[in-house]
Amino acid sequence: MKSVKLTASAVAIAAVSATSAVARDNVQVAGSSTVLPYASIVAELFGENTDFPTPVVESGGSSAGLKRFCEGVGENTIDVANASRKIREKEIKACAEAGVSEIIEVRIGYDGIVFASQLDGPAFTAFQPADIFNALAPKVLVDGALVDNPYTQWSEFNADLPAVDIATFIPGTKHGTREVFEEKVLAAGCEVTGAMDAMIAGGMSEDDAEDACLAVRTDGVSVDIDGDYTETLASIDSTPNGIGIFGLAFYENNTDKLKVATMGGVVPSTESIATGEYPVSRPLYFYVKKAHIGVVPGLKEYAEFFISEDLAGADGPLAEYGLVSDPELEATQEAVSSETVMGSNS
Amino acid sequence: MTMEHTDAVPGPSTKSSLYALSPHVKKRNAKEARFKAIGIGAILIGLVFLVILVTQIVGNGASAFQQTRIDVELTVSQEEFDSAEKSSLKTSKYRGILENALLVTIQENGIETPFTKGKDIRPLISSGAGNTLRQHLLTHPDQIGEPFKFNVLTNGTVDGYLKGRVSRESIANDKSINEAHLELVDTLKDSGVLRKGFNMGFITGNDTSDLRPEQSGFGQSMLGSLAMMIVVLLVCLPISVGASIYLEEFAPKNKITDFIEVNISNLAAVPSIVFGILALAAFIQFGGGTLGFSALRNSAPLVGGLALSLMTLPTIIIATRASLKAVPGTIREAALGLGASRMQAVFHHILPLAMPGILTGTIIGLAAALGETAPLLMIGMVAFVQMDLDSVSGFFSDPNVGMPAQIYIWATRADGAWYERAWGGIIILLVFLLTMNIIAIILRRRFERRW
Repeated sequence: MKSVKLTASAVAIAAVSATSAVARDNVQVAGSSTVLPYASIVAELFGENTDFPTPVVESGGSSAGLKRFCEGVGENTIDVANASRKIREKEIKACAEAGVSEIIEVRIGYDGIVFASQLDGPAFTAFQPADIFNALAPKVLVDGALVDNPYTQWSEFNADLPAVDIATFIPGTKHGTREVFEEKVLAAGCEVTGAMDAMIAGGMSEDDAEDACLAVRTDGVSVDIDGDYTETLASIDSTPNGIGIFGLAFYENNTDKLKVATMGGVVPSTESIATGEYPVSRPLYFYVKKAHIGVVPGLKEYAEFFISEDLAGADGPLAEYGLVSDPELEATQEAVSSETVMGSNS
Repeated sequence: MTMEHTDAVPGPSTKSSLYALSPHVKKRNAKEARFKAIGIGAILIGLVFLVILVTQIVGNGASAFQQTRIDVELTVSQEEFDSAEKSSLKTSKYRGILENALLVTIQENGIETPFTKGKDIRPLISSGAGNTLRQHLLTHPDQIGEPFKFNVLTNGTVDGYLKGRVSRESIANDKSINEAHLELVDTLKDSGVLRKGFNMGFITGNDTSDLRPEQSGFGQSMLGSLAMMIVVLLVCLPISVGASIYLEEFAPKNKITDFIEVNISNLAAVPSIVFGILALAAFIQFGGGTLGFSALRNSAPLVGGLALSLMTLPTIIIATRASLKAVPGTIREAALGLGASRMQAVFHHILPLAMPGILTGTIIGLAAALGETAPLLMIGMVAFVQMDLDSVSGFFSDPNVGMPAQIYIWATRADGAWYERAWGGIIILLVFLLTMNIIAIILRRRFERRW
């Protein structure tokens, strides 16, 4: 008799899974942790204002999101990948190999990358890209010669900076923010300090020198943060002299704990980023699988809703959270509504 | 009466007395006293940590159960309703209506403010209030055109100000709210329009986006955890009881069963994240993708429950086998001696006697599964998920998160209000774990038989 009960529970499990077997009706999103708050704000409003269910938004970093995006086509793959950088050629190729050949690229706006320290800590008010390079590069130019980075304090290479130990917390390599940081700060600093020329003069090819410029010293002065900005914030909290890299929006929501550093004399704000005065900013994107439009209900509507003037415009809730709205939003709206895929006109 | 060990003691003690302790005995006694002191010290250190932990949790999380609300008197005309419903962003229109109504309420109460436009006092009201008003009007269409009093949530920053988390200094660099707003909050609080109350929404509500921490709740993740626990129970109990009975009562003792036994113990020690990867490959990619079971998909509690089942199975099997072993062999022999078959002996006598132990082990296993986050990370159950709690179509297949995942998500968000909610979530999770453990203890105390 008891064994009958066992069979009965096994049947019950089967019944439960059978009754819940419904097609996926919600949009599935994953990717950049910088885009995550924006995507969840949009997802929430999308669920409230339309008849579609609220999309599910996962975090994990731009590279991780794009990797999952490129796994293939079908209900068990994600529909949208958020990215805080442009998709790479390599990723487009990987996508195509898995059958994801039509990708719609959507730029939602711009985000600044800011350097911030503890509110009560020393003030870093005179940053130039060169300073960051001098602090972080494994090899720097001292008196015309490339040497292993000898610096331990900021004031050693820029008298305007405080005489405190260098301690930086930068996003790990799976984050899109890292790539922008490398390109806009490290590479720029490398060129300005003359380290790049010195490398080329030392026999490196230009490409190799460019790559070498992006390296970060590994003696513990700089720490890679693989988690979200909250992890960086926690590290800053426990390191009085620490400098962390954040998205502008995250800083603006934590002005009670963080003090922002200027770059090239410009204070980062949505305005100075919109005008281009503040040099370190990057566009934010999301990528839509065209093959899923029409299969997953609400996918196209979600993409259109995201970049509508009401949301991504200068007075919308995304700007309220810290997004620098895209002046060319209309062109993006057009591209999304006509489902223009990447590579079709460029 | 010379004892051998007294010889080893240096000194002149030649006579031993029953009244005076010999130095050797004293030394041994001192050793024992020291050991006891170390033991008490260890317990005290443990207790201190427990007290610190509990005070931390309660101190940080208790405020999540309180929320600041504000009374607004308003009339929504049919035209306003119609034009808001036509808009593409309906809820922001309703928010505008609320802002204007609040300003009128403030002025009618004779409170002087420097604010003249509804938009100026936007930082006071929760950005989710628009949707609350819309849902209210959609369910109470008779109130359109009629004046009514509406109780809405204030913004998280205002709430934090009343809770002492936000101060005038801390908002000095904040762009969205300024000191004039906080002054208005003070006056509104004195006049009773704005007040703190019990936060039912925290227990029943769902997750919200970064802009509205004040509206978020733990209820959705409780449902997610419940769904997963049901799956774990339905999968684990029959399998583990079946496996244990066979291994314990019927299986021959040979190399194969030895191998199985060793592996069950090994499985219990496998890190939980491994089961997450396994679940991703086996359930979502193979079961959902290749075989096409659409209920097996990303973020579904069904998959989460199956992943947690993999993790819990060895634990329950070990507990079940232990309680089957604890039933004295004489009972089995007596049953067999009276002519019962082996199956009758097992199901009529041994299993009922072992049941309290099995249930206790199951509940402890469930409690461990309830607090597990790592496997969920791999299958999309750590995500921003918002369920429509009024119309849940697939309890087991609708995307959801579990309680610990929800705590993790809140802890990674920027605003201080989320931090408070994460601690509040921990309190609820601990209440569940405590309840389960207490049930396990009661079961053991009441039904377990000792021989």
